Order: sequence, then structure tokens, then C-alpha cells
Amino acid sequence: MSELLYKEIYPVDKDDFVRAGEASAKIKRTLKQLGVDADKIRRTSVVSYECEINLIIHSLGGQMCLEVTDEEIIVSSSDKGPGIKDISLAMKEGWSTASDSVREMGFGAGMGLPNMKRHCDEFILNSAPGAGTEIVMKIKI
Amino acid sequence: MKIRQIQEILDATCLCGDNFDGDCFAGCGCDLMSDVLAFPKEHMCLLTGLTNPQVIRTSEMLDVMCVVFVRGKRPPEETLELAQELGITVFSTKYTLYEACGKLYAHGLPSKNEV
Ligand SMILES: Nc1ncnc2c1ncn2[C@@H]1O[C@H](COP(=O)(O)OP(=O)(O)OP(=O)(O)O)[C@@H](O)[C@H]1O
Ligand SMILES: [Mg+2]
Repeated sequence: MSELLYKEIYPVDKDDFVRAGEASAKIKRTLKQLGVDADKIRRTSVVSYECEINLIIHSLGGQMCLEVTDEEIIVSSSDKGPGIKDISLAMKEGWSTASDSVREMGFGAGMGLPNMKRHCDEFILNSAPGAGTEIVMKIKI
Repeated sequence: MKIRQIQEILDATCLCGDNFDGDCFAGCGCDLMSDVLAFPKEHMCLLTGLTNPQVIRTSEMLDVMCVVFVRGKRPPEETLELAQELGITVFSTKYTLYEACGKLYAHGLPSKNEV
């Protein structure tokens, strides 16, 4: 059994662009304090940041969670909806439903989910329209 | 390439930060944050036409050494405040994204996809 060394939950609000990235910044600082290897911190930062931005721009709000064990870093998210209709389409590079105002900020390239999958060792996405989206991403230490 | 050298080559104005002796290993020019996040490298210099605070947040995530705003753009105050807080050196250059990237590349700063 792996031993849980750290756990923290970060609420993320819909359309909260002012605080966008703060949860991921906290996650990054925590991993630094725990002495995690720089390359793993960078990979975790990428996946948590893409995930956090998605919660802000696509979801009705939700939360992120960081868990660190002696074996892996787990970043997960859950939101209140609206869920993803076609997951395989959402996972495709270049597919996005982002609004023009979000695109003007530099997001909405349809690269986030494929980026998240590429940067972690295990990627699980569960979503249903009407329910919400849950993502679990694991990076081995 | 030293940050000081980047400033000279781009004839850039420093908007905040003073890490002029910092060393950049690679450059990335883009207006899409996901492009930087796709294949990030250590010690990057980011050139962009976007000036919102998310550019600095993205830079924080990737430990970007310095950010260059092209086409003489001046970012809003929130952007500079965040950069200041995080100790990221920020420049503004009159060159376009294409010109600025071309100049740094010609002086030997490789693309992030080459290192
Ligand atoms: N938490 C979520 N809730 C609802 N829909 C989502 C959620 N996350 C992603 N999506 C849907 O999946 C699509 C693809 O997401 P992805 O992160 O790959 O791209 P993007 O956010 O549109 O652009 P980018 O990440 O490049 O800025 C989104 O456009 C959106 O339709
Ligand atoms: Mg996204």
C-alpha cells in the first residue's frame, strides 16, 4: 500500500479569470516544498493548469484535488456540469467549443485534454452530459 | 543566451524584473497558451502578442525565464504586477512576433522543439 503524504482540495469557480491558475500555482509550490523532482513538477503543473483552465472556461464550477503518496502525484478534478457529450471528439487535438473571448486570451486551441493525457502516466476521464466531468491524472514519482 | 543579450538584440524596454544574467536555453513564439504548454522545455524565453495575466501564469507553470511582448505592446497593470510578484523579467519590443523570433533564432537561440 502506498502512503498518503499530502492532500489538499482547491475550489475553482466558473469564469473566474482573475484567479485562474492560482490552484495550480499552489500545487506547484507544494510539490517544490515536498522536494519533488523538477521534471515531474513541470509535468504536474502543465496537467493541473490545463485542467483548472478547463474548469473555468467550460464547466459550471468545481474543484481540483492534489494527493501525493510515496509512489505518485495524483491531480484530480470534478465539476458540476455540463459534462462532455462526445469524449473521443473532445480528446482530439484542435477540437474546441471555446468562445471568442476565451480565444482572445490565448486559450481554445483544443489542445488541453491531449496535453494532459500526454504529460501524465495515467489519465482517466469520466463525463456525461447533465452530470459533470471527473478527471484523474497520475504521475509516478 | 543571456537575458541581457535578448534585450539588446530586440532593442527592448524592460517593463519589470532584473534577472539580466539569467540564461535562456530555448525560445517559443506564440499566441496560443496551449502551444507553450504542449512541449515545454527548461529556461524558455516566451515571445507573444498576448498581454493578459494568463501569459504570466502560464510562464509561472513552466518556469519561463523571460517574457517578451511584441509590436510595442504594453500589458495591463495586472499583468506586470503578477510578473513582479513572481520575479519574471518582462520586455516590450517594437518588432513583430515574426521579426523578434527571427532575430533571436539567427543569433543562436534554438526553438523549444530543437533542444
Ligand atoms: N470540464 C469540462 N466540462 C465541460 N466540457 C469540457 C470540460 N473540459 C473540456 N471540455 C470540452 O472539451 C473540449 C476540448 O478541451 P481542451 O482542453 O482539449 O480544449 P480547449 O479547452 O477548448 O482549448 P485549449 O485547452 O487548447 O485552450 C472543450 O472545448 C470543451 O468543449
Ligand atoms: Mg483546455
